[in-house]
Amino acid sequence: MATAQTEQRTPVAAPRRPSRGLGTLYRGQEGMWSWVAHRVTGVSIFFFLLVHVLDTALVRVSPEAYNDVIGAYKNPVMGLAEAGLVGAIVFHAFNGVRIMLVDFWWSGTRRHRLMFWVVVGLTVLVMAGFLPRHLMAVFGGE
Amino acid sequence: MTTIADPKAPRAARPGPGRRSTRGNTELYGWVFMRVSGVLLLILIFTHLWSSLISGEGISQVDFGFVAGKWANPFWQVWDLTMLWLAMIHGTNGMRTIVNDYAEKDSTRLVLKSALYLAFTVVVVLGTLVIFTFDPCPAGAPMDLLPDVCSDLP
Ligand code: HEM
Repeated sequence: MATAQTEQRTPVAAPRRPSRGLGTLYRGQEGMWSWVAHRVTGVSIFFFLLVHVLDTALVRVSPEAYNDVIGAYKNPVMGLAEAGLVGAIVFHAFNGVRIMLVDFWWSGTRRHRLMFWVVVGLTVLVMAGFLPRHLMAVFGGE
Repeated sequence: MTTIADPKAPRAARPGPGRRSTRGNTELYGWVFMRVSGVLLLILIFTHLWSSLISGEGISQVDFGFVAGKWANPFWQVWDLTMLWLAMIHGTNGMRTIVNDYAEKDSTRLVLKSALYLAFTVVVVLGTLVIFTFDPCPAGAPMDLLPDVCSDLP
């Protein structure tokens, strides 16, 4: 009988836990959050790109039409949204490089956590450089 | 009494979408494309952001004259065209993956993917036409809105 046969099978040794923390558990760790963030940023950039091509297409209508609409990007609310979008692109781009390193670099899978924090650090660094410049242009009436 | 099937017993093939083992290598090519286009997009987009949001006067410099001044140069036309196509194919293929992940009903997938491919076609065709049929010095437009190149024309 199938059940009996299953019960008699010698139990397989539990996989040895790697020394660090929750070991191979993926959920709730850097691996999962980087994936969620990559997905959310990818979708946001995609929808922005659709709008961005449409607003740029107004250059074919008239200089005035384009300038009116692009003026909207210079108001404070849009200026902030745009900063968020730049942050999304920067993260997605750096994390994309991390994904490729995990895929192709011989020691990428072992260092993916560290690389995630490098991605976060680089994103923060780039934004620290970008934000003052951008917010001054948006708010400073430069 | 309930009997649990032997976990190693052969299973009947489960029919349905997405369960065919493979249809050629299309998914592999898509996977490779996401990576190749990703590297190129990094260069294309970071340069794009630099030139429009950081250099010069940042966002406040962007107006018709700015865009026209750029597209008067074929180099930037090709740059932006490449960026448009790569980003749209990369983004659309990424969205396709996400639709496949979350939309379980065939009809939902069909609707979402049709909308996705329609958006792709409209945006790519429109964007391409705009880059190639663009006139930096439209007749009758006020001179102060136009790029410098227009005043050099005979
Ligand atoms: C800036 C340079 C970029 C890099 C380096 C990059 C890199 C990547 C990589 C490596 C993937 C993973 C593909 C896979 O797992 O098979 C990916 C996914 C994706 N990308 Fe990008 N990408 C970039 C720009 C963009 C842009 C401009 C868009 C939007 C138009 C976009 C939208 C997406 C989407 C929607 C996904 C799918 C996410 C998912 O399946 O969870 N990416 N990207």
